[in-house]
Amino acid sequence: MRAVNSDRRMQVYGALLLLPAAILLGTFAYLPTIATLIDSLFLPGIRGEPPAFGGLANYQALIEDATFWKVARNNLVYALGTIPTSIALALGMALFVNARLPGRGFVRMAYFTPTILPMIAAANIWMFFYAPQIGLFNNLLDVLGIDGPNWLGNPRIALFSVIMMTIWKEAGFFMIFYLAALQSLPPDLQEAADLEGTTRWSFFWRVTFPLLMPTTLFVMINALINAVRVVDHLFILTKGGPNNATNLLLYYVYENAFSFFDRPYAATITVVILVVLAIVATVKFTVLDRRIHYQ
Amino acid sequence: MSRSTYASPSISASRIQMPSLETVAAWLLALVWIFPLLYAVWAAIHPSDFVASFDLFAPLTASNFIDAWNEAPFMRYYLNTFLMVTGILIGQFIVCTLAGFAFARFPVPGRDVLFMLVLIQLFVFPEVLIVENYRIASGLGLVDTIAGIGLPYIASAFGIFLLRQTFKTIPRELEDAARIEGCSWMGVLLKVYVPLAKPTYLAYGLVSVSHHWNNFLWPLVVTNSVETRPLTVGLAIFSAPETGVNWATISAATLLSIAPLLIAFLLFQRQFVQSFLRVGIR
Amino acid sequence: MTTSMKSILQGVTLAGVLMAGTQASAQDDAVELTLYYPVAVGGALTDVIDGLVEDFEAEHPDIEVDAIYAGNYDDTRVRALSAIEAGDAPQLSVLFSIDLFELIEQDAIVPFDDVVETDEEREWLDSFYPGLMENGQLDGETYGIPFQRSTIVLYWNKDAFEAAGLDPEQPPETWDEMAEMASTVREAHDDDDQWGVMIPSTGYPYWMFQALAFQNGHRLMSDDGTEAYFDDPAAIEALEYWVALAEEHDAMPDGTIEWGTLRQNFLEESTAMMWHSTGNLTAVRNEADFDFGVAMLPAKEQPGSPTGGGNFYLFKDSTDEEKRAAMTFVRWMTDPERAAAWSMETGYMGVSEAAYETEALREYVEEFPAAAVARDQLEHSTAELSTYQGGRVRRALDNAIQAALAGDMAPTEALQQAQQEADAALRRYAR
Repeated sequence: MRAVNSDRRMQVYGALLLLPAAILLGTFAYLPTIATLIDSLFLPGIRGEPPAFGGLANYQALIEDATFWKVARNNLVYALGTIPTSIALALGMALFVNARLPGRGFVRMAYFTPTILPMIAAANIWMFFYAPQIGLFNNLLDVLGIDGPNWLGNPRIALFSVIMMTIWKEAGFFMIFYLAALQSLPPDLQEAADLEGTTRWSFFWRVTFPLLMPTTLFVMINALINAVRVVDHLFILTKGGPNNATNLLLYYVYENAFSFFDRPYAATITVVILVVLAIVATVKFTVLDRRIHYQ
Repeated sequence: MSRSTYASPSISASRIQMPSLETVAAWLLALVWIFPLLYAVWAAIHPSDFVASFDLFAPLTASNFIDAWNEAPFMRYYLNTFLMVTGILIGQFIVCTLAGFAFARFPVPGRDVLFMLVLIQLFVFPEVLIVENYRIASGLGLVDTIAGIGLPYIASAFGIFLLRQTFKTIPRELEDAARIEGCSWMGVLLKVYVPLAKPTYLAYGLVSVSHHWNNFLWPLVVTNSVETRPLTVGLAIFSAPETGVNWATISAATLLSIAPLLIAFLLFQRQFVQSFLRVGIR
Repeated sequence: MTTSMKSILQGVTLAGVLMAGTQASAQDDAVELTLYYPVAVGGALTDVIDGLVEDFEAEHPDIEVDAIYAGNYDDTRVRALSAIEAGDAPQLSVLFSIDLFELIEQDAIVPFDDVVETDEEREWLDSFYPGLMENGQLDGETYGIPFQRSTIVLYWNKDAFEAAGLDPEQPPETWDEMAEMASTVREAHDDDDQWGVMIPSTGYPYWMFQALAFQNGHRLMSDDGTEAYFDDPAAIEALEYWVALAEEHDAMPDGTIEWGTLRQNFLEESTAMMWHSTGNLTAVRNEADFDFGVAMLPAKEQPGSPTGGGNFYLFKDSTDEEKRAAMTFVRWMTDPERAAAWSMETGYMGVSEAAYETEALREYVEEFPAAAVARDQLEHSTAELSTYQGGRVRRALDNAIQAALAGDMAPTEALQQAQQEADAALRRYAR
């Protein structure tokens, strides 16, 4: 009898401990998620009228909205442009820093420093690099006799320029995880390989790289989320232009909600983002690391 | 990071002489990576005429910093950022500790489902929901308050997850001993669990502080005035290209905004890296 | 110390306490006003505004003004409307002159006609240049009082003209002349990367395009803000000319030209001419280490430029007393002496004839004639592009311009697409 009581008490106590988190998560995560879904079914009121129910009209508009498709494609290109390259660089950096290297401390610091800068500050600095005519990149290219491009002003290059900056910002962050993974690899593997006279190159591809696979997947998920979530630099570098060449989904949400005053449409685009994130989350939880959460 | 020092001896004697090609590549990459920051420093400490034309013997000046400092209320922005970052950190510590404790030790009905629900927030961040979160903040009177910037981040799924994992590794015997001595649950939490999770708190704290120091989109949306704007938002509107403020001043302002965190990082580099590692690896 | 300790404690209890960024008021009976204002050109204008506000408060101890710099025009509108939504409405603000329809649609503002009482005040309402009132009036009522107002002017580098064998005192007066002079400069300076002319195509591309279209005898929108006319042959011709400056005449770089860094470009002499807001004038004057001139924009069918810049608006959600105090502040800020000082400080126009008749501005103009160009251009001006759904409509046009300049689309095709998008955005507004 007493055990049952104390069990009940434990349950209540536990629930109370969860309460603050539950209220906050409810208010700022679940409620807005549901509100987003509902909001996407309304049309904005014009001339001061209240919003009217519109069914799937916003989704219809979304499908017909060439800009939306362009922005979605941009985001895909942005993800494909940033993720593999920053992962490859991060791995390279980790290998460099993990090996014997004169001035290793400095090198590691140099790789990691961009990570602790705000995206806004990084964008400010890169703005000077990219400015045509007077910017640093084109001045340097000028010395080599090359006529530098209009980095942010040419729609065919602008997204690439944004991608380059993002890689610079992110690679050092991912390096850390590889570094940790490398240091936890058993040293005897390397010794065995040495005895067999395996080349470093084939040792890396046949042993190290496969062993780092969990880290790679982990980093990939993180990079994928960042590709959707972080649009701060667009506010400084391009504002999504020229002609939407660098516009990304979340920035398009911001524009619709706060520049065009079309919150329902912004909600509709948000739903698309939520779907993408849901897919990423499902992949992570079901395929990648079931073992972590239910041990 | 100290372990790396001991990891390298495993490399056999035949390879101790590292191919210089790799050293060169590593250093080149490092220089490329640090260059933007060095360039910002260069631009900030020289007169604006030299921003676009490099000259080793250009005169030094502090006037860009003085201009930046005078042209925007950076002191206030520092204070706002400081209040926001500490407020968020304290809130997160409290809320996540309680929730992590509950998930680790209490038989709450439907605990696994609830925990899964919490983990969803690892993917659905407040930034993604800016439209509705803005409306909610507005309804609660949180717009243009520092609390409004912070509250959506307090119940951090990440923090809850991290502390739950840490608490789970703490042996029950310690808890039982404390119980026998007559400690309440709160006493057990504060005397046994929290002290033993100190490294997790430190690591999570550093990550949280650097994340929120740098956060931009949600603060941009939810703040209206100088009294609440954090550094990132202040910097962004100060240096938006539209204003045509000159580059040297923008560089100085940029450095002013990142200085505290950057200096902290350079001083406590190892702790930073370790912290990111600890919370990143999970 | 005690206040900052208090703030820290407040921050510490953040999880539970909802705190607002409230300022203790010095005087309980004073009327407190909050206003948001933007800066779009010219650098450290926040200092100037702060100084003006201080002077005002010294003269009016019964009114306290909290002037908040909120970024560019778009940012500032977002901030002001967001504050209204949160129930913390400002009493007045300086917002884009073309925000009128948006603000009316949000039911945010009241006309000044509702607040003026005396004949003297009515007279004040009529004291501004009519050209600057076009964007601020609707259905016979005045919602916007001109403050930081501009037209687009042509800045040219006399030294560069001379070096290229052109008459340094003779700016281009027609489209053809400008293209010709620009390519002459470019040919003379091909090796050191100096261009002939730059027209900015980020930030406010539609504004520059509107100037070209107007010079070609075309207006881009209806007066009631419900229709846009982007694909008219005259508009297409205007865009073709803009594109040709880069493509045919090789006088302007390819791709878009950044609004914000253009002044720096001009100062670094990487272009001999630029089109920019007159609001940049004082900054250019202070920083240029070469001889430069300012002229009206060149003509095609006619000379001309749209007006631009920010107006004072009064917000609805305030008491009568606050509205009166707000109007007192607006009157003070637009008073001829102040308008003259503001104009000299920035390059923005003195907003009334009386401003140019003040001794200070008369003398300034005599010594620095460039300061009067924007005003002189007013007689050839047109209202800035302003419609319902303004954000979307302008963005459609901006995108078309940028696509054409980048060579992604032909001007005709681009403008037809912009027309379709504008029509779609305005569909529900047709009267």
